Amino acid sequence: MPFILSIVQRFKNERRNMSLTSRHLLGLQGVPKEDIQLILDTATTFREVLERPIKKVPTLQGKTIVNLFYENSTRTRISFELAQKRLSADTINFSTSTSSAKKGETFKDTVRNIEAMKVDMIVVRHESAGVPQYLTRISKANILNAGDGLHEHPTQGLLDMYSIREKTGSLEGLKVCIVGDVGHSRVALSNIFGLNSMGAKVSVCGPLTMIPVGIEKLGVKIYTDINKAIAENDVLNVLRIQLERKAGQVIPSTREYHNYYGITAERIEKNNKNILILHPGPINRGVEITSEVADGPYQVILDQVTNGVAVRMAVLYLLGTMH
Amino acid sequence: MQIVIKGTTLLDPQQKLNHKADLLIVDGIINKVGNLSKDDYRHSTVYEFDGKYSVPGFFDMHVHLREPGREDKETIITGSNAAAAGGFTGIACMPNTSPAIESAEVVRFIKEKCSLHPVEVYPVGAVTAERKGEALAPMHELFEAGAVAFSDDGTAVKSSGILRLAMEYAKMFNAPVIEHCEDPSMAGGAMNEGYTSTTLGLPAIPSIAEDIIVMRDIMVAEYVKGKVHIAHISTKNAVELVRQAKKKGIDITAEAAPHHFTLTEEYLKDFDTNYKMNPPLRTKEDVEAVIEGLKDGTIDCIASDHAPHAIEEKEMEFVYAPNGIVGLETTLGLAVTELVEKKHLTLSQLVEKLAVNPRKILNIPVPSIKEGEAANITVFDSKETWTVDISKFKSKSKNSPFNGVKLTGKPFAVINKSKLYSDEGFVNI
Repeated sequence: MPFILSIVQRFKNERRNMSLTSRHLLGLQGVPKEDIQLILDTATTFREVLERPIKKVPTLQGKTIVNLFYENSTRTRISFELAQKRLSADTINFSTSTSSAKKGETFKDTVRNIEAMKVDMIVVRHESAGVPQYLTRISKANILNAGDGLHEHPTQGLLDMYSIREKTGSLEGLKVCIVGDVGHSRVALSNIFGLNSMGAKVSVCGPLTMIPVGIEKLGVKIYTDINKAIAENDVLNVLRIQLERKAGQVIPSTREYHNYYGITAERIEKNNKNILILHPGPINRGVEITSEVADGPYQVILDQVTNGVAVRMAVLYLLGTMH
Repeated sequence: MQIVIKGTTLLDPQQKLNHKADLLIVDGIINKVGNLSKDDYRHSTVYEFDGKYSVPGFFDMHVHLREPGREDKETIITGSNAAAAGGFTGIACMPNTSPAIESAEVVRFIKEKCSLHPVEVYPVGAVTAERKGEALAPMHELFEAGAVAFSDDGTAVKSSGILRLAMEYAKMFNAPVIEHCEDPSMAGGAMNEGYTSTTLGLPAIPSIAEDIIVMRDIMVAEYVKGKVHIAHISTKNAVELVRQAKKKGIDITAEAAPHHFTLTEEYLKDFDTNYKMNPPLRTKEDVEAVIEGLKDGTIDCIASDHAPHAIEEKEMEFVYAPNGIVGLETTLGLAVTELVEKKHLTLSQLVEKLAVNPRKILNIPVPSIKEGEAANITVFDSKETWTVDISKFKSKSKNSPFNGVKLTGKPFAVINKSKLYSDEGFVNI
């Protein structure tokens, strides 16, 4: 092989090793370990950018990204928007409540119209599971899931893993317990899929009405005793408890939940002082976690928020520069 | 007018008929079974159907026609055309139209619309007013106008008290109450509950939602000595409950839809709304139990639950998309492919489940291939393979998960009411 060709070939191989296997990020289910590793490593670079006086790189200049939010969201949308601006992409926000969207134009028509304006990437949040998958069938853009129903929230899973890795150095063999309403959480599922791929040992803890059917088939251990869960794990990822009361609510009251599953300083100090606490936010202080813990030495809750921007920059960059 | 159906095997389980013979049909009446003279051939239009079967016309007892109300999805005529194309000479249509089939006027409207069509349409009346589950619909009036059964299909009759009254009332006409078995307190999900729904993050319906109502319905039927028919049975436990109830002598029958003996919940993994139905696709175990139920007679018949939906309704976010698929034009192919080819049922048993039993359940005379009888016949090929192409469907709607699937078993013609339907359309005979 002529010398020049072998150089080209090597360059191509390296490029292939440096890119993701899919041009969309729909979820963390089935995403190979190498891809997650690549995203987390790339995020480390962008995390440094965020500490600079000028927090902007020209990487996605000329790319157009639409944030298609069919569900109320403040922090995820702001985080994505900031990540896009830091990468110099042009961003458009489309926010609507699902109820009003249902009455008017179909989702497909909305997407087709937006796409006709020539967009490169779509970041989507929707209350129905499967919408990102559906989008890949009706749009040519790169699709990035920002939360679909009770299904997945992959960038949250990634930023949680990033935040854990930042503290522990590695995810391999680490014991991580997800606490709370696992059955009504897209954060839980993305964490389980991602952490499993990275070789962590994942468990869940909560009253059994909050544990979805068949979750043990994902290799997940189930705790119903929070003290035991704290004692036996390295990390707790504490989920938000929905405050709205409605028929069919899976717990009798937030008071009862707090009394039996709330993360308190007392429980941590008694069972495991080395534990690391994560929370995807927004926090219900005094329900799933006390202020003492939420603001205390064990948690990385605000780090998660900062890391979230870096991780989203990494995903946007890796997807946006794929060929 | 006279025609000859040439070269088919006559298969009529009621008469234990299973031999090759030509048929002479004069003015819609079967004139000769075999032993045709040269003149018979010479004076007739001869249909060469060599190697195919002639059987009593198929009957689908679970069809949604959408008229009145949603004529954009299906009308009585387009639904009947789809039925003819699928090999059916009779169908029963469910009352969840708008207005519902809850007055004699609507029953008469449907009967009048299809009066000239070779496919007979039998309306199923609502059990309760507006299908709300609160007060009985005028069941006697509906029956007198032509309703053959009663159902709040789409939902179960909500209150056990009302169901009890309905079964008692329907007993006066020996008509069954057809139940869509789903406990309303566990309804509303988009798929079957289990490991798959957990990994897909979709709201789900547990199988016990069906089992509980089947159990309740059996108890009510036993108590009032009423007649109940379980629509689209889909769970292992429900099949077993019906099996035991039959052993006890309770007047219960059941149907299975082709998708429930063909597909499992795993097909939902790409969030394709053409796999969204209610009852939802269940597990492999449930599919096996449904097949077992069909084999041992626990499940009496096969019904499509033909549920037409517009493209824009199905091309939607998964949770919002409506339930159901069209089925009239794929039922025979799926049944032959999954049940006959795999040796679960004989062709004769299949004909019982597609032609004989549904009519018996609804007290409709079962056609016979016999001299002197009106010709009500389906001609099909049990070996021919074909590929489902939704663009060729006669149904107005195309929401089928079977597009592109290769099936064995194809309908070729139906004969009823002095008309013959084939690929070339309808002709008077």
